[in-house]
Amino acid sequence: MADIFERVKKIIVDRLDVEEEKITMEASFKDDLGADSLDIVELVMELEDEFDMEIDDEDAEKISTVGDAVEYIKSHQ
Amino acid sequence: MLNSKVAIVTGASRGIGKEIALTLAESGANVVINYVGNQERAEEVARQIREMGREALVIQADVSDSKQVDNLISTALSHFGKVDILVNNAGITRDNLIMRMKEEDWDKVIATNLKSVFLLSKAISRPMMKQRYGRIINISSVVGVLGNPGQANYVAAKSGVIGLTKTLARELATRGITVNAVAPGYIETDMTTNLSEDVKSKLLDQIPLARLGTPKDVANVVKFLVSDQASYMTGQVLHVDGGMVM
Ligand SMILES: NC(=O)c1ccc[n+]([C@@H]2O[C@H](COP(=O)([O-])OP(=O)(O)OC[C@H]3O[C@@H](n4cnc5c(N)ncnc54)[C@H](OP(=O)(O)O)[C@@H]3O)[C@@H](O)[C@H]2O)c1
Repeated sequence: MADIFERVKKIIVDRLDVEEEKITMEASFKDDLGADSLDIVELVMELEDEFDMEIDDEDAEKISTVGDAVEYIKSHQ
Repeated sequence: MLNSKVAIVTGASRGIGKEIALTLAESGANVVINYVGNQERAEEVARQIREMGREALVIQADVSDSKQVDNLISTALSHFGKVDILVNNAGITRDNLIMRMKEEDWDKVIATNLKSVFLLSKAISRPMMKQRYGRIINISSVVGVLGNPGQANYVAAKSGVIGLTKTLARELATRGITVNAVAPGYIETDMTTNLSEDVKSKLLDQIPLARLGTPKDVANVVKFLVSDQASYMTGQVLHVDGGMVM
């Protein structure tokens, strides 16, 4: 779990150019991390590559916080 | 100018697509030659490109079929490692007046000329977004702007390509991808050889420069649009039609 969070965090730092401290499980991609809709699509693509999984569009739409992403990856690995 | 760039040109076995493939290769690009039926002619284009010292890869795919399009893109990516330039050129006509136009002729032309642009752009957008670079050129037509009796299906598709170009340009701009359209007028290719002399002379009356265009006229503009010289242009339609639209 911690490991997944760290890997997700690294991708977010690279992609969104935000400070590490801002990335908490509760942080919302749109509201707290300044991601636009294209950023979110890209993040999902990178998570798919990093964790070697497919996240379908319906599920991707439900991912709004960092915690949502971590939980999703954990339960689908 | 395009050294070490990789370009995919759809419908590159003959006509305008062939000339675009050769022109991009002349400028230094390695090229994927797509075709649907004419393997020999596609191989011949590849041979000419290899003679210039560039790499060419021939891939058969019906651009209206999503599975074949996905295969086209993934084969190109696994061979070259990247794709910088996509030219959506493949196209067909099935002309008839609206009251005679068969539903299948409508569907076929929309699928080959419009849906294909959606499928290819979708498949290429992910790798292009990742590399933060891309040039997409869509071949529309003068009739997509002016309309033309007997070509409801073709005109609808070619106008659709312009709308799609502008939308993709807006969606992808922040990722370093530009999307532009080229709208040729009447160009001498297989698509236009069957026009009667009468039709041709009427056509010439509508062309201020008073000649049909050549595939090279179109290819030169595509070469400009994919070069760094055009890096501040996106969502545009460039008319290469001897002045028909102004
Ligand atoms: N000629 C003109 O006056 C004119 C004017 C305005 C716009 N345009 C546009 O310019 C583009 C090229 O036209 P052109 O005159 O060069 O046509 P063309 O000489 O008839 O060549 C058509 C090309 O498209 C390929 N193609 C057809 N259906 C395909 C499919 N389902 N999947 C993959 N490839 C397919 C053909 O491959 P095969 O050889 O394997 O059949 C061929 O390489 C078209 O989009 C056309 O609408 C042409």
